[in-house]
Amino acid sequence: MIAHVYITPKEGILDPQGETVGQALRNLGIDKVAAVRVGKYIEIDLPGMARAGAEKVTREACERLLVNPNIESYTFEVVKGD
Amino acid sequence: MRFAVLVFPGSNCDYDAYHVVRQVLGERAEFIWHREASLDGFDVVIIPGGFSYGDYLRTGAIASLSPIMEAVRQFASAGGLVLGICNGFQILIEAGLLPGALISNSGLRFISRQIYLQPEGSGDPFTAGLDTGRSYAMPIAHQAGNYLVSPQELEQLEKNEQIAFRYVTAAGERTADANPNGSCANIAGVLNREKNVMGMMPHPERAAEAVLGSVDGLALFESIIGRS
Repeated sequence: MIAHVYITPKEGILDPQGETVGQALRNLGIDKVAAVRVGKYIEIDLPGMARAGAEKVTREACERLLVNPNIESYTFEVVKGD
Repeated sequence: MRFAVLVFPGSNCDYDAYHVVRQVLGERAEFIWHREASLDGFDVVIIPGGFSYGDYLRTGAIASLSPIMEAVRQFASAGGLVLGICNGFQILIEAGLLPGALISNSGLRFISRQIYLQPEGSGDPFTAGLDTGRSYAMPIAHQAGNYLVSPQELEQLEKNEQIAFRYVTAAGERTADANPNGSCANIAGVLNREKNVMGMMPHPERAAEAVLGSVDGLALFESIIGRS
């Protein structure tokens, strides 16, 4: 399985990068943009694992290292690898 | 006193800290590589500045998992003094030894310049010898020094006197202009509840000799060794 982990600054946490990118998009005339949050995308290769196990491992990885819960929130999906 | 100066891959203020302890203070200091697991016999641990592990993932995140950090945890819980400077502060936060988070500077830029800070007089050994009515000049050099806590946590920090330093003007005013990086409540340094672990973004070790332009940082080291 392959886990796709999406990490974004938590709601209410200052995201200067997102604000700057949002402003730049509006400056380009893409003025429907209300807000942008810039985060991280992490791919984890988990060969030979069933879905439940892969989800468990991914959640542990997020909670123990990949995400700082004070400032970030995350979601992930586990998909079949090659 | 015997100081341990921790060294991680990417530490770059380790020699500065070692130099201040050995040559300026005349105390004992040893470098401790992050793969080591013991801090026996030391009185003070300095976690120096730099870019441990290239700031991968989040500043301090990877270093906070190094073997030496378990020894730091034990050392701190036994009452030993731990001082984290700049990246050392970030590492202590990621290790859960200090509260809050450090995010990108509000202006998104790396800032390297002299600032002023004022001790709060929180009854800790790091600032015991400092004057709460004075502004201390020290340099900062960081990209992620924007200290962040929730309003509830901030209230707790104030109540427990866990704020060590705040950014001020040369005249000692706590204004928005004096705050270089957007830190919540102008916070430049914090303490754990027991007040034996401190983290700060400014660099006292780079302001400990006249030739460096400021000797204001020396007071902090003298405070630690009880020589002020």
